[in-house]
Amino acid sequence: MRTGCSLAVVTALMLGAMAVPAHAATIQVVMENLVVSPAEVSAKVGDTVEWINKDVFAHTATARNGDFDITMPPKKTVTSVLTKAGTVEYYCRYHPNMKAVLKIAP
Amino acid sequence: MFVRLSAAVAALSLLTGAALAQGAKPTDPQIAHIAYTAGVIDITAAKQAISKAINKDVKAFAEDMVRDHEAVNKQALDLVKKLKVTPEDNDTSKTLSKQAADKLAELAKLSGAAYDKAYVANEVAYHKAVNGALETLLIPSASNAELKSLLQTGLKIFQGHQLHAEHVAAELK
Repeated sequence: MRTGCSLAVVTALMLGAMAVPAHAATIQVVMENLVVSPAEVSAKVGDTVEWINKDVFAHTATARNGDFDITMPPKKTVTSVLTKAGTVEYYCRYHPNMKAVLKIAP
Repeated sequence: MFVRLSAAVAALSLLTGAALAQGAKPTDPQIAHIAYTAGVIDITAAKQAISKAINKDVKAFAEDMVRDHEAVNKQALDLVKKLKVTPEDNDTSKTLSKQAADKLAELAKLSGAAYDKAYVANEVAYHKAVNGALETLLIPSASNAELKSLLQTGLKIFQGHQLHAEHVAAELK
């Protein structure tokens, strides 16, 4: 009985532990032909963003509010974890006509 | 300065106007040559800026220009090779190169902040002119779909450079 009980607790804990990483999602943002897509994406604090640069040009994802400034070499993927909530407009410093929005929930 | 600033710019506008007036469209081999030449001109100007500029944002901008224009021109070379097209020299390319050489000589005489300002101002005007030529003449005239698509990517990247140059110019004031 007691054994069964603790097993259940352990199982619940394990399931719980496995469920935690599932909350942190991975979001992909693609830069291709000087276009950022999706142009607007929702995420949560703790989520990982995969910044995928498919161009032969270097790009950046630079937050207007200074929250992040990611540089992506040509044909490379860079990952970053979102640490702060807010609606963040970002752009490429090298090609400021590339713009998008990241909505980060707490 | 602003009068002389746009030597290459004027050449591009003249070419656009003249070609449109005659209804004479440049051929794909000519378009490839003009686009490549326009890139080389900006790389040469940027290399001068890397050695002469004193402002770090201006230097960084020039480094971006070398990197991007070399990447575009590499794509252009790969494409003409694939399409078995030989870029053909033409009056527009010649005029552009001549004007650019004059501009380079003019900028070479400047130094310090005056040079930085003149270089960035010319970059704004030059990209604006190239973008105008791409939009009104080169892209509509290109018959090969892959060439057209590369020119369209070029247009987006040069529009980005124009904005970037405008930002740098605004910071210099």
